[in-house]
Amino acid sequence: MKRRDFLKNTVPVGIMLPALINGFAIKAFGATSPLLDSLLLPVTETDHVLVLVQLTGGNDGINTVIPLEFYSKYNNARTNIAIPESKVLKLDGTLKVGLNPAMTGLQTLFNEGKLKVINSVGYPTPSFSHFRATDIWMSASDSNQAVASGWAGRYLNYEYPNFPIGYPNATMTDPLSIQIGSVTSLTSQGPSVNMGMSISSTSSFYNLINGVQDPAPNTRAGKELTYVRNIAQQTQQYASVIKDAAAKVSQQSTYPSNNSLADQLKIVARLIKGGLKTRVYMVSYGGFDTHSSQTNTTDTTIGTHANLLQNVSNAIKAFQDDLKYLNVEDRVIGMTYSEFGRRIKSNASGGTDHGSAAPMFLFGTNILPGVLGDTPNIPTTATANDNLPYQYDFRSIYATLLSNWLCVKETDLQEVMLKNFQLLPLVNVGECNKGIPNTSGVNLITNYPNPFTNTTTIRFTTAGGHTMVQIMDTMGRVLVNLVDKEYTNSGSYTVTFDSGSLPVGVYYARFQNMAVQQVRTMLKVR
Amino acid sequence: MENTKDLQSIIVEADTNSPTGRTTTTLNPYTGSWTENEVIHLLKRIMFGASKADIDYFKSKTLGQTINELLNPTAAFPSPPVKEYSSASALTQPDTLITAGQTWVNDPNVDGTIAALRRSSFKKWWMGVMINQDRSIREKMTLFWHNHFATETADISYGNYVYFHHNLLRTNALGNFKTLTRAITLDPGMLVYLNGQANTAAAPDENYGRELQELFCCGKGPDSKYTEDDVKMAAKVLTGWRNNSTTFSSYFTLSRHDTTNKQFSSFYNNTIITGRTTANAGDVELDDLLNMIFATNEVSKYICRRIYRWFVYYEIDANTEANIITPMATIFKNNNYEIKPVLDVLFKSEHFFDVANMGCQIKSPLDFVAGMCREFNIQFQPSTDYISNYGHWSYLATWAANMQQNIGDPPDVSGWKAYYQEPQFYEIWINSDTLPKRNQFTDTMCLTGYTFNSKKIIIDAAEYAKTLSNPGDPNILLSDILKYLYRIDLSAASKAQIKKDILLAGQTSDYYWTNAWNTFISTPTDTTNATTVKTRLRDLVKYLMNLAEYQLA
Repeated sequence: MKRRDFLKNTVPVGIMLPALINGFAIKAFGATSPLLDSLLLPVTETDHVLVLVQLTGGNDGINTVIPLEFYSKYNNARTNIAIPESKVLKLDGTLKVGLNPAMTGLQTLFNEGKLKVINSVGYPTPSFSHFRATDIWMSASDSNQAVASGWAGRYLNYEYPNFPIGYPNATMTDPLSIQIGSVTSLTSQGPSVNMGMSISSTSSFYNLINGVQDPAPNTRAGKELTYVRNIAQQTQQYASVIKDAAAKVSQQSTYPSNNSLADQLKIVARLIKGGLKTRVYMVSYGGFDTHSSQTNTTDTTIGTHANLLQNVSNAIKAFQDDLKYLNVEDRVIGMTYSEFGRRIKSNASGGTDHGSAAPMFLFGTNILPGVLGDTPNIPTTATANDNLPYQYDFRSIYATLLSNWLCVKETDLQEVMLKNFQLLPLVNVGECNKGIPNTSGVNLITNYPNPFTNTTTIRFTTAGGHTMVQIMDTMGRVLVNLVDKEYTNSGSYTVTFDSGSLPVGVYYARFQNMAVQQVRTMLKVR
Repeated sequence: MENTKDLQSIIVEADTNSPTGRTTTTLNPYTGSWTENEVIHLLKRIMFGASKADIDYFKSKTLGQTINELLNPTAAFPSPPVKEYSSASALTQPDTLITAGQTWVNDPNVDGTIAALRRSSFKKWWMGVMINQDRSIREKMTLFWHNHFATETADISYGNYVYFHHNLLRTNALGNFKTLTRAITLDPGMLVYLNGQANTAAAPDENYGRELQELFCCGKGPDSKYTEDDVKMAAKVLTGWRNNSTTFSSYFTLSRHDTTNKQFSSFYNNTIITGRTTANAGDVELDDLLNMIFATNEVSKYICRRIYRWFVYYEIDANTEANIITPMATIFKNNNYEIKPVLDVLFKSEHFFDVANMGCQIKSPLDFVAGMCREFNIQFQPSTDYISNYGHWSYLATWAANMQQNIGDPPDVSGWKAYYQEPQFYEIWINSDTLPKRNQFTDTMCLTGYTFNSKKIIIDAAEYAKTLSNPGDPNILLSDILKYLYRIDLSAASKAQIKKDILLAGQTSDYYWTNAWNTFISTPTDTTNATTVKTRLRDLVKYLMNLAEYQLA
């Protein structure tokens, strides 16, 4: 298998390459560095898709991937909810960890080489607040930093820098990202506008493709509401491309019923097969906040948490099988994440409180299978305050997927990730031909040079009237208004940004011309 | 095949005649409950949006007290627009006499560039006046009369004329319709717009004589049977008026006046208006003309239909015509065309508070924009910083214009189509171009706001939430916001999903929101928590304004 060939070239540390741009260390991985690929291969557009599966509530990591290597200490720390050693699902090629007995689907995927387990993913100074931790995972910020945009939003803003002005267009006809089953996500928030569309529920998807409206009251108000809804559906920018994509797929393989994650993933598979160029899909599944009674009291292999894991496992297995049936399996990688893991020691009510590091799953034919990282070690006598230390920063997983799957050039990764992160052996890197950002749409603001050290010249095109260019940091704070005035004539103008003593890093130049706005990402380097 | 077709058409017909449009309520006084629901309904119709402060103010009063107060404004009139523009000194007539920040309305100036700057200044100012309206019906009525006696600033040209025409509408907004009509007839702006100043005995211009009957007084109802000859005769009556561009007033010149007798049709009881040759012939004959027109029953019916479509709903079926329009018209005419008595009866009626008439208006762009500013209490600058304020008002007026309601410049003398075009009426506001713009506008106001002169206007959803009854409880928070923003409630399932997806970020326990909110209030310096709370609220408000329900009032 091609995948195996790449395994032998991978080693679990990042290799430092010489700095390519002033002061910024570039890390790449392995002998078949994508960086080298990009020098050797023609620029092509990738057809890769990334599916993000959010497990909301904080999934209990060590009851999901059980640390068999330290079983007695694990059992000791949470006797009332520990999975019996004999019931843990075995994974081919390792005795160190196994899966919760409810996850037979993921066990099969692992043994087929389509699942990767990454141990102990987290970040420094973890937050134990759902909201804050969710924001950290979605924005890829440091723990003490409030970044106003999402990591996928920044990626899409990098890939489609002019969005939304001039979109959709012949080059990009489709939504940049699609969220299913929820009305909003910070993940797809770009520096100024949201880069995605959301399909708030699976039923609203079927309403859309079937042209059905939600019921309105049989009153005058109901009549006008229906009228507005009809126009809204007609003018939903991407309604027709979604309908067309859905219509191309008449048959899919079987998904489990009464499983909302499976319902969402079924739609994702359909849209991928239907030909959307959408790069990122987001789905979510909730209920992992298991403070009490997470297992059955007499049989810890069943109960609330087991049901959740079973649904996740069955949904992903069905999705992977469907992708194979639809013959698009090689185009898709999926990733699960949760805002945090849970406490090592269980509490007296048969549950676990908010914790820190936890395992992540990657799935697809192009992941490098196996288990990454050491088995999380567990104190001999765990106390209520003990948490698992993290081995891998979650942003290393994001950075790797961006670089090695969504084919972001290493030189540009920092624009998206805001910092440099170690790349990990997660993806069959030979699959990625590095592309250049799609510059379709209408370009109203640029800067040169970029990256810059001290000053950079910003060029913008105004249609006349009040025009503003302002510099913002990644937290969304306005640092300076470079331009804030009326222009009698339309045209292109330039203004110089002197960054003075501002620290190196990512800045945004936001252009505003009455109703129009566009954001340019700029990188200050040493 | 043929039969199926027939059946379908019958079904379609039955649908359009479904009970949705039916109401049997009358002008009898409303005696039902007076709760926030009724207050919000009333305020969303007769002001620009229902602000929390106004709702709280009126809900402690009775319906009678509320209507009495809304129809009898006591606030001073807004100060006139000021010079916020800069003008080059190389113009034909630079307006160097007016210093920055002082009003230009009394300063005559014939330079075309200055006229354009002043028209623009006027439009920005008017947007600001609507946003800063007093607690009364005055501004909604001023806009009503602008739509009724529609003029276009670009045609009137001089900003001074534009302003004084506008001021006439506000001054008479709640006064006497006949008095207003007379003043409008001799208003310099109108004399420019409908060519009255070019209407002479030698070369009559029928423009105003026609619209006086067709659009301003009689309308085109089934019983409005004035004739083409009546148009010609009215034009003759109106000959001889001209404008003085220094005093901004009109004057009569007998030598330009048609002094012959004017014979009208049977619609006007074959009235003959005697041609006069005195210096006041123009005034006397105009009074004769208006007395003749206002003696018909069409004027009161036509104006009451327009009032109904402005404040209640566009559809006027036989029931509504008989039970609402006809008695309103009688009151209007019996009160010698005083405007307040007819509004008073309408707004106190069981018909106005009929649930069938709630939430069925599609917000006009100005209602949408000004109402949003008022309902979210968007903060503008103190009046001394007029540069920033005019910049912000300009932005808002531009958005309303992009949504097809350009204040001061309706499409033509008929006003905006939403108030007369069968069968769509208000629905005309919403199309595949304007609906995305409405969403884009509210998105922008939630996310980045608009910065001008380094000052920003933006929706601060967290500050808004602080004004609500119990923002720490996500259920009450959501139901409060829906109560104030919407007129149609969402389903329980939708509310549950919105609460979970946005306020709870996917969590299932309400206390996570409660904790975050309480921390936000007790420790506002906790910036990461504050960000969490603010982004959730921002996204909630943004999302709710994108749903179809938000378009209704």
